[in-house]
Amino acid sequence: MSDAGNSVPSFDRKPSGDASGMAGALSASLSGGAARTGLEVFVIILVAVIIIGGSEFLLGWFEVPQYVLPKPSQIAVALVTEFPNYWPHLLVTLKELLVGFTIGASIGFVLAAVITQFPFVEKVVTPYILLLVTTPMLALVPLLILRFGFGSEPRIIAVALASGPMVMINSATGFRRVDRAKIALARSFGANTLQIFTKIRIPMAMPMIVVGLMVGSIFGLLTTVGAEMVGGAEGLGNRLTYYSSLIRMPQFFAIILILALIGISIYVFFFWLGKKWASWEA
Amino acid sequence: MRPAEQAGGVFSGQGWSTMSVTATAPQKQGKRTRMVVDRATLHYQTKSGPLHALDDVSLELKDGEFLCIIGPSGCGKTTLLWSMAGLIKLNGGSISLDGERITRPNPHIAMIFQDANLLPWRTVERNIQLPFELKRKKMDKARINKLLERVGLGGFNDKYPRELSGGMQQRASIVRSLAVDPSILLMDEPFGALDAFTRDEMNLLVQEIWMETGKTIAFVTHSIPEAIFLADRIIVMSARPGRIAAIVDVDLPRPRQVEIQTQPEFIARVMDIKLKIDHQRGARVDHSMIG
Repeated sequence: MSDAGNSVPSFDRKPSGDASGMAGALSASLSGGAARTGLEVFVIILVAVIIIGGSEFLLGWFEVPQYVLPKPSQIAVALVTEFPNYWPHLLVTLKELLVGFTIGASIGFVLAAVITQFPFVEKVVTPYILLLVTTPMLALVPLLILRFGFGSEPRIIAVALASGPMVMINSATGFRRVDRAKIALARSFGANTLQIFTKIRIPMAMPMIVVGLMVGSIFGLLTTVGAEMVGGAEGLGNRLTYYSSLIRMPQFFAIILILALIGISIYVFFFWLGKKWASWEA
Repeated sequence: MRPAEQAGGVFSGQGWSTMSVTATAPQKQGKRTRMVVDRATLHYQTKSGPLHALDDVSLELKDGEFLCIIGPSGCGKTTLLWSMAGLIKLNGGSISLDGERITRPNPHIAMIFQDANLLPWRTVERNIQLPFELKRKKMDKARINKLLERVGLGGFNDKYPRELSGGMQQRASIVRSLAVDPSILLMDEPFGALDAFTRDEMNLLVQEIWMETGKTIAFVTHSIPEAIFLADRIIVMSARPGRIAAIVDVDLPRPRQVEIQTQPEFIARVMDIKLKIDHQRGARVDHSMIG
């Protein structure tokens, strides 16, 4: 009896979690890892406490030198007390990411929307887009620096080149999901081509577009930091090389912590966006 | 069941019974012809060669008539209906509405699709709003609410399609099509995916709507009993090439009740049409036709 009673809520919980989840393509990566119940949250926090507390204790116990691996407490101190030093670099990184991603994502989205309307053009362009997706755009940064100098421009271009094709290839997958009946429905009510596009095709592609934006922005972050490590004197990536060259490991790890926070924020933002725009696809 | 004489039902109220003043139980004699399909021919190129979807199909749709088009799958009945809606271009022949040739969707004609065809990212109300958005018109919300109420979906405005059963989805889609007040309704196997009980309910609802509004309806189905239950006239089609095999008049009195489907006379009509289809398909007897 009690077994049956226990199994009911767990059955109940699963569908509700999925319903609040998002696009099928996203649900595996997103809601799968998202915590739901109080117990799960508690255990997750517990694990964090054990890892942080444990490493704090073990690093102290074995007297590991700071330049090999700093204690969590030292990292926390470095993060808080020297935050004003990181701040301008944080802004530079965010600006490069935002500008580069906006340019890349816009071009990628428009290109996907246009190209999927012409199967022949799509077939011709796709291999080149794939090439852009699979080639690490970081490789271009030294070249771009030669041409554009050590400012933000080469990095913005690299970010756009890294994120654009990601957005494009995922959006194109979305736009290719043509539902003949839904387009016929709109046409039967007198919709023109533009209306079919805005009322049917875009909403239908939206789950994949959100996936593209998420993957593209994460790729953009990787490329921003990587490009900053290659050259120039600003940005969080540059701080990583700077602090490691001075063997100032607490500061180094503080920067990594900030980068992780940016990554998580991006993820959470697009998770929210997906819920808002693409939750219909359970 | 609402008597047909009871004018001013929700479906016809508030000035949205259109062309036909005679919004009562229609008699097909002496009705003027609304739609003419004249020697319609259509063939596709498929990978396995040309497919003759429609071959020299001619029919007339009279004002206020309930016409059912029936046939085995692949006989081109859906293609025929989509052409009548102006969604598919013919290779030969023509289709006209009130003497005007149909080459693209017409505001007098509304289509009801298989599996409801609601947009999953829109609520029921926003789905019904779609045709108004497309025409940049304001939707009369009070009327929509009345309509929803009438088909048994009162208060479901903010539900998403996935939260509704198949029957409820199709009800919502019927409201969406009725909302634009077409004079001709083209229904493409709308209840094919529903269970038998829901299907009976939906057939009754369609009959009520038709009797209240006097709209002209062309209804595609692969169920013989459904066709006999609903139709004034049944077009029986054969497959490959899609041709009209027979035209059968159904003069059963209205309103028809679900129970008539068990009466010997009704069953005799089912057998009659089944024979006509079987004859077309050669000696092969296919029991799946009684759906």
